[in-house]
Amino acid sequence: MIEYFNILFGEVYKILFLLIPVLTAVAMIVWLDRRVWAFVQKRKGPNVVGPFGLFQSLADALKYMFKEIIIPASSNKIIFILAPIVTMTLALVAWAVIPFGENFVISDINVGILYIFAVSSLGVYGIIMGGWASNSKYPFLGSIRSAAQMVSYEVSIGIIVINVLLCVGSLNLTDIVLAQKEIWFIIPLFPMFVIFFISALAETNRPPFDLPEAEAELVAGYQTEYSGMMYAMFWLGEYANILLMCAMGSILFLGGWLTPLNFFPFDQIPSPVWFILKILFLFLLFALVKAIVPRYRYDQLMKLGWKIFLPFSLVWLVITASYLFYFDLLPVGKQ
Amino acid sequence: MIIHSIFFFIFSFIAIVSAVMVTASKNTVHSVFFLILDFVSISCLFIMIGAEFLGMMMLIVYVGAVAVLFLFVVMMLNVTQQKNEWFASSSSSSHIPMGLLISIIIFFEIIVVIAGWKYKTEVVNSFPLGINLDVTNTHSIGYVLYTDYIHVFQISGMILLTAMIGAIVLTFRQRTGIKRQSYLKQISRERNESIELKEVESKKGVKIDV
Repeated sequence: MIEYFNILFGEVYKILFLLIPVLTAVAMIVWLDRRVWAFVQKRKGPNVVGPFGLFQSLADALKYMFKEIIIPASSNKIIFILAPIVTMTLALVAWAVIPFGENFVISDINVGILYIFAVSSLGVYGIIMGGWASNSKYPFLGSIRSAAQMVSYEVSIGIIVINVLLCVGSLNLTDIVLAQKEIWFIIPLFPMFVIFFISALAETNRPPFDLPEAEAELVAGYQTEYSGMMYAMFWLGEYANILLMCAMGSILFLGGWLTPLNFFPFDQIPSPVWFILKILFLFLLFALVKAIVPRYRYDQLMKLGWKIFLPFSLVWLVITASYLFYFDLLPVGKQ
Repeated sequence: MIIHSIFFFIFSFIAIVSAVMVTASKNTVHSVFFLILDFVSISCLFIMIGAEFLGMMMLIVYVGAVAVLFLFVVMMLNVTQQKNEWFASSSSSSHIPMGLLISIIIFFEIIVVIAGWKYKTEVVNSFPLGINLDVTNTHSIGYVLYTDYIHVFQISGMILLTAMIGAIVLTFRQRTGIKRQSYLKQISRERNESIELKEVESKKGVKIDV
């Protein structure tokens, strides 16, 4: 029994060691997002609390904590309370399999990429539950839009993941990164990277695909009835999901923790630093897209997902498979 | 092993309780949420016996896609109308004999399968598949599915495709008189076919034919 507890406490320690930096990073990334957005529009952004306004998110979190949580009388209370908890939990749970370096991961499971994919496809439940339980028109419309959007873009993300898997021959995230030692997958699979990036924007409900919360039409979509800490949890979950998508993108296409400059001063830099830099790079792209691109119309969004991305990634899948088969590059039983 | 069995009992308890709640809960949306909980706990059981690929597929396909569509349909129903119906109410109690009959048949089928699995091993495992423990179970499923069972696999894919096309054909309606954006039409417009200069004579105006 004692050894079980030893294992348990060891795991809890590891989980805390991962979760606290992730949560801090989420707070920082909210600040970075607002800051980049402001700079593009020639504003200053949050710059008052702390150096460069770095503590703005902490101040916001404090404010949310002391606000009253209002639960609408006609809402379905249990599901209403459960929705932000589900969003937040699912956004954090996926980090268990993300490798920050070789053997630097909480759980190195065989089906890591499927696990991330499954957890990110469960993320839609937080939004549906929140929208339905609010018992109000705008949240319901927002949640239905969001569900349709996320389900459609998951399809193309799934096919893009299969493209990468064909080149790797394993579902393990560490194997996926190590397979990119020679060349990062962004170079042979560049069109897939572009589609992955755009689908990730849609999957995390980021602008230009933020139709679930389109403030011009739906007030704030599924978040309309939420207040105080529950709203903050939705917010945190959303940004944790964005970070997760950036991490997934850097593992699938940008070589994870591998160093891009494999010579003396740079190969001494520890691998998590490279991984974090790659995540930050992808997040900067996310933030810039938010500032630059206007919002899509809903039918255009669906058309893009089903009529352009899905056929294109399917064709690319066939091309990748044929190329690997013809030149006998298929990684069969390589492990 | 103790911890393992404790987790097994936790997950199977949740699975059974939520399966009962699917039929017993008053609110249809709650039923779907219990169904999702059931799927999740069953995929946990799959992972516990080492079938991690099946467990993840269960999560992705059933919870991530099928149950979302269930929720869609159920949420569109008028929930307030059904709020006060309990499964033993007068209007739905007429279904109980039929339901009992079906559940008795299913129960006996399960008994036959379990008894056969226990006592007539050679009948059930008529095609023993050599399980190779060196490869991951994603690999071993792939090896079996794409070699021995390739035709069955392809045929099931074709059946799904037919069902998909059938569903599209049944629900697709070409409506007339709606405004639809066509990028090709917009791009291929020329100046001289959309703009015309007209000399307007004084006190006569222009007749525009639409």
